[in-house]
Amino acid sequence: MSKRVILLLPIALFAVLVGAFLWGLAPDRDPSQVPSAMVDKPAPDFDLPSVTGLDIPGLKTGDLTGEVILVNFFASWCVPCRVEHPVFMDLAARGDVKLVAINYRDEPADAVAWLAELGNPYSRIGADLDARTGIDWGVSGVPETYVIDSSGRIRYQHIGPMLPRHYEETIRPMIEDLRQ
Amino acid sequence: MTPRLFAGLLPGFLTALIVAAFALTAQAVQPDEILEDPVLEARARDLSKDIRCLVCQNESIDSSNAELAKDLRVLVRERLVAGDSDQQVLDFLVERYGDFVLLRPPFKPQTYLLWFGPAAILLLGGLAVVAYFRQRRREAGPAMASAAPLSAEEQRRLSDLLREDGRA
Repeated sequence: MSKRVILLLPIALFAVLVGAFLWGLAPDRDPSQVPSAMVDKPAPDFDLPSVTGLDIPGLKTGDLTGEVILVNFFASWCVPCRVEHPVFMDLAARGDVKLVAINYRDEPADAVAWLAELGNPYSRIGADLDARTGIDWGVSGVPETYVIDSSGRIRYQHIGPMLPRHYEETIRPMIEDLRQ
Repeated sequence: MTPRLFAGLLPGFLTALIVAAFALTAQAVQPDEILEDPVLEARARDLSKDIRCLVCQNESIDSSNAELAKDLRVLVRERLVAGDSDQQVLDFLVERYGDFVLLRPPFKPQTYLLWFGPAAILLLGGLAVVAYFRQRRREAGPAMASAAPLSAEEQRRLSDLLREDGRA
């Protein structure tokens, strides 16, 4: 009996190892992804001016209550931001959800040119020139997108570009949930 | 090499050593970030070594050249100047970036596995080794004790063999 257990032990260990590898090497897993510390906290206190040269108001904490809102951190120098931008253009065109932005550590003139080229889906844009507001939000890089519920609380932090499947599979259902 | 020549080379050699030592400890901290108060600056440097840069992830903000690391270094210094304790500065960052921002993982229930895991595995391994040797002794012991004494025939053959051996 105990002999059989010992014989099965290597096979059991091997199975555990295979399981660990399957988890660790799964293509969907990004080991550099930082677990968010901001979820379920109220949006931080901030009051950002508008981007110089843009005809769109700035953004402050008070703008983030009353309905479900997406807050997108972007910069003109950020390549993945270019990748996710069409997703935001689409959802703004459909009027899915209120979308605002924080322009992170950017040259205002570059941001203006970038939005002129790709289109502007945001109803408000705050200019975070020194990235201090980004630190208060726990931003480690752009792009990042937060889902804020109607009471102004952060419910989700999406790190990296918002691809169509992220929006359809995670964000849109969450928005619908939060509206109920 | 004559002793005098060696003595002549020594200062140059020492200078080279000192320069090399400083090159190894060269840090990302920029001159304009450094605080005037050396005590606060030393605290800031010590703290910065324990704070992870979230862009490069395996570097501390003290050694990273990323912009976020610079911002965090400046932030740490601002808070120290404002009178925060070291722990308050770390708490401020953990609130925003989670425990991940600390290079030294905190000791709390979620991290017990991390802290005790290696010791637990060592203990399990040790117990397995002890169990294995106990088992072996238990199996070998009775087998030897219960071995039947040699019969008269076996005893005679054994002494024959020994005698043969002694003659040769």
